[in-house]
Amino acid sequence: MLDFITADNSELEALERKDTRSGFGQGLLEVGQTHPNAVALCADLTGSLKMNAFKDAFPDRFHQAGIAEANMIGVAAGMTIGGLIPFTGTFANFSTGRVYDQIRQSVAYSEKNVKICASHCGLTLGEDGATHQILEDVGMMKMLPNMTVIHTCDYEQTRNATHAIAKHHGPVYFRFGRPKVPIITEVDTPFIIGQARRVMTGSDVTLVANGHLVWNAILAARQLAAEGISVDLLDMHTVKPMDEAALIESVGRTGCLVTAEEHQKAGGMGESAAACLASHVPTPQRFVAVNDSFGESGTPAQLLEKYGLGPAAIVTACKEVIAVKQGLPA
Amino acid sequence: MSSPSTLRDLCTQVRRDIVRMVHGASSGHPGGSLGCTDFLVKLYFEEMQIDPSNWSMDGKGEDLFFLSNGHISPVWYSVLSRRGYFDVPELATFRKLNSRLQGHPATEEGLPGIRVASGSLGQGLSVACGAAQAKKLNGEDRWVYTLHGDGELQEGQIWEAAIYAAHHKIDNLISFVDWNGQQIDGSVEDVMSLGSLHDKWSAFGWEVMECNGHDLEDLDRVFKAARAAGGNGKPVMVLMRTDMGRGVDFMEGTHKWHGVAPNDDQLESALSQLETSLSDY
Repeated sequence: MLDFITADNSELEALERKDTRSGFGQGLLEVGQTHPNAVALCADLTGSLKMNAFKDAFPDRFHQAGIAEANMIGVAAGMTIGGLIPFTGTFANFSTGRVYDQIRQSVAYSEKNVKICASHCGLTLGEDGATHQILEDVGMMKMLPNMTVIHTCDYEQTRNATHAIAKHHGPVYFRFGRPKVPIITEVDTPFIIGQARRVMTGSDVTLVANGHLVWNAILAARQLAAEGISVDLLDMHTVKPMDEAALIESVGRTGCLVTAEEHQKAGGMGESAAACLASHVPTPQRFVAVNDSFGESGTPAQLLEKYGLGPAAIVTACKEVIAVKQGLPA
Repeated sequence: MSSPSTLRDLCTQVRRDIVRMVHGASSGHPGGSLGCTDFLVKLYFEEMQIDPSNWSMDGKGEDLFFLSNGHISPVWYSVLSRRGYFDVPELATFRKLNSRLQGHPATEEGLPGIRVASGSLGQGLSVACGAAQAKKLNGEDRWVYTLHGDGELQEGQIWEAAIYAAHHKIDNLISFVDWNGQQIDGSVEDVMSLGSLHDKWSAFGWEVMECNGHDLEDLDRVFKAARAAGGNGKPVMVLMRTDMGRGVDFMEGTHKWHGVAPNDDQLESALSQLETSLSDY
């Protein structure tokens, strides 16, 4: 794998870019081949979710649900009773907020082996605007007992995670996105649910990111390295159950934490990290997240910049929290 | 069909269980439970192909039942125990701490016979659609039955599921509506009228039938007719006329006993009207 600190810019620019949803589509096709009991449901967004390959390969195991997400979740719950592994597909907004009670009663409380696969999460859905840019979904899902919450950073990780959730027995909320982003994991990088992936080792500040913000965290770490600041970077792809051991170990060495995610600060991965550390080792923390506001139309890059999720915002947060650790005015 | 007197004795015993359970918990939903007693006794004792002693979540090779209007749990728990899914004395734990008999049906405590939680209305038809499709995908030639309240049909998800079942030709699905015309706030007609249920379900692509939910012979007829109509590309809906509170005169025909427990005197009065006891728990 590339050393993201020493690599020059041309090497970063040469990284292949693909959308995470396509990683899901490829992973689903592969899961269909390895798991005869895997089935898929989609609420009229088959192309957007990249589920066409599965549909073409296994037409009898693909079920069009129409624009009726509440029913789709219930149908998926029912299919598990016959031993099937249903993967539901729609945008993150319609996968969660629209169907919260259906997930709560028919899936989470009933302990059904449903995989809720949610694309177009967060601001990077872009031009469609705030109606579709859900920033609260991780919070809603992580609050549900029995639910596993996963948010992946690139094509290969999303593909590998699709295999992992097929093997895992229990309800999963699986969050990924629309834009093409650099592929920073390998075809065979292990994806272990509940085990954070170390991106780089450092000593001055712990930086924990997930989803599309792992890439921005890498860019921020490069800039900080150029200024002599060493970043310990973890990819916390599993928000729940969180890898608390990895988090505690890292802040034990660095003494401070920045979390970065494409989600509201309230209810997000950073909040889970803060709750963990408050109980084990209270640690100065800064949150790179959307701060209690809705999004708007724009390009993904413009939106990440405007809402404070870009590399520059992560750099600032890291410097602030290091100052707090050192007892200096932030 | 078994001897009508045997089934009628069972129905009376289940009604005794219902009022005693709700009284014992000082809470619960007796009205709809009493109204659906004859249906559930008939379903579990004569209609479904089931193996209670070897219960499994998947129910492979068996018929399945989903109670979508989960608040009438007392009747379901009574029928499940009387049919052998668990010991009858456990009915005494209904709605109490550490019980498997939750106020609304749940899977978390592992009560045999329950395959999905229900209580938040409108979700059971979707779940049944999935379970029925799974039966087909698994090559099983078995039926999936559901029960819904008529007030529950005000939930939008019911109609999403209705469209889905017709579109996907889920013809191993037989649904019943507890058509008692009552809901918590009053009559269905006053609270949110449903128009012609027969026309609505027919327009949604279902085979529609009607029956008297208290006449065991008419239930026998409609079960046979529903299965005969099944397998032909259409799901089947049975609109089942019932009286809320059936069998206890002061609970009959009113929404006021939807979710109220009888006091000691009312329990005594109710039990005096349900005298044919097989054996109380």
